[in-house]
Amino acid sequence: MCLGIPGRVDKIEGEMATVEFGGADRQVSLELVPGEVNVGDYVLVHAGFALERIDEDEARETLQMLKEAIGLETSQ
Amino acid sequence: MKHRSEYRNPLLAGAIADRINRISRKPCSFMEFCGGHTLTIARHGIGSMLSERINLLSGPGCPVCVTPMEEVDLMSALAGLPDVIVATYGDMLRVPGSKASLLERRAEGADVRVVYSSYDAVELAMSNPHRQVVFFGIGFETTAPATAAAVLKASSLGLENFSVISAHKTTPPIIAALLSSGEMRLDGLVCPGHVSVITGVAPYRQAAAQGVSCVITGFEPVDILQAVLMLVEQVEQGRSEVEIQYSRTVRDEGNPRALRIMERVFAPVASNWRGIGVVPGSGLEVREQYCAFNARNRFDITLPETDEPAGCICGRILRGAASPADCPLFAGRCTPTSPVGACMVSSEGACQAHFRFRGHARL
Ligand code: SF4
Repeated sequence: MCLGIPGRVDKIEGEMATVEFGGADRQVSLELVPGEVNVGDYVLVHAGFALERIDEDEARETLQMLKEAIGLETSQ
Repeated sequence: MKHRSEYRNPLLAGAIADRINRISRKPCSFMEFCGGHTLTIARHGIGSMLSERINLLSGPGCPVCVTPMEEVDLMSALAGLPDVIVATYGDMLRVPGSKASLLERRAEGADVRVVYSSYDAVELAMSNPHRQVVFFGIGFETTAPATAAAVLKASSLGLENFSVISAHKTTPPIIAALLSSGEMRLDGLVCPGHVSVITGVAPYRQAAAQGVSCVITGFEPVDILQAVLMLVEQVEQGRSEVEIQYSRTVRDEGNPRALRIMERVFAPVASNWRGIGVVPGSGLEVREQYCAFNARNRFDITLPETDEPAGCICGRILRGAASPADCPLFAGRCTPTSPVGACMVSSEGACQAHFRFRGHARL
């Protein structure tokens, strides 16, 4: 329950979205997400509610900075 | 999401662990507050990758584990009433009450339904107009807004057969209580990533001001190791700040929309934490304005006080003062198939996480 799961938004109808989690689809409410959500976005879902959009650029930057900090090659 | 595999990359994880072990000088203790972190740490054997100068402690962040027995007894009493349907997240089903778990109640004929979302419980009320549906709201700031949204929905639909028992708890008061208990000395907090999606950095400011380094952390092995690296850097440089490792999902200000909904429906109250005791302001109760949806008002049930199971040291484990291996019942009388205490019931509980991954944790 406390384990939020990231999923991809496949369809949006009003405040509900169809979100795909590694092959399984779920109906998820978007009512608690603060910003705009678009089809194709990744969202963090807890107990049927999306709580936030996952920022893919930020994910990439964090990894890059981490690799630099520990002295690993940064090119992928 | 292609970055997910990178956050699980064993080579990267190993390189971070090497770096941590190279730069760490001072012995330090870090507490992971969240049960989700406890699970990742146990599953991937993260403790064993780190130098023995670094001590990782589990905290009170498994909602199933800290829900006191009397709340389970209350739900179980409600489930025994005619024409009542109890709706709960699956995690609560097997938690022992003082007499029975909800699962055992169901085997005796009580109507206990597992729901995925609080809205499923509202729908259950709509499709069963002649019965009362009581939703068991448990969890921290990650699930409290969902319960609040269900109350608002039931209110706007004018539903007269839906109510909730709120056993929700909030993070800032318990962190303050743990830090002031003096039971252990903490150098850093591995702060809960998903709670922080809602709360932002605010709950940890006080801890940082008291000299405890804080890093808000995601749930993959690389997330946790990076957070430990950031904590060790803070400790070695004599800093105590709130930093966000999980910046792909957490913003400084949290989620204002969810916070607003939560605050509209709930007010802070004193709340009893299993094994820890009553912590002022750490619970959430339905506000007067929505009292028609508070099952505590709708049903008149008083229950006797409960005792924790004899021999179980969940309380000390939840306070970071002991680890599962210190419990004489661990893996003997107490196992996931026959749990004595709540920490063995939930997959996020420290006892179950340690039990499942004993000797075969891997990245
Ligand atoms: S092993 Fe079982 S009895 Fe011991 S502390 Fe954990 S849950 Fe309680």
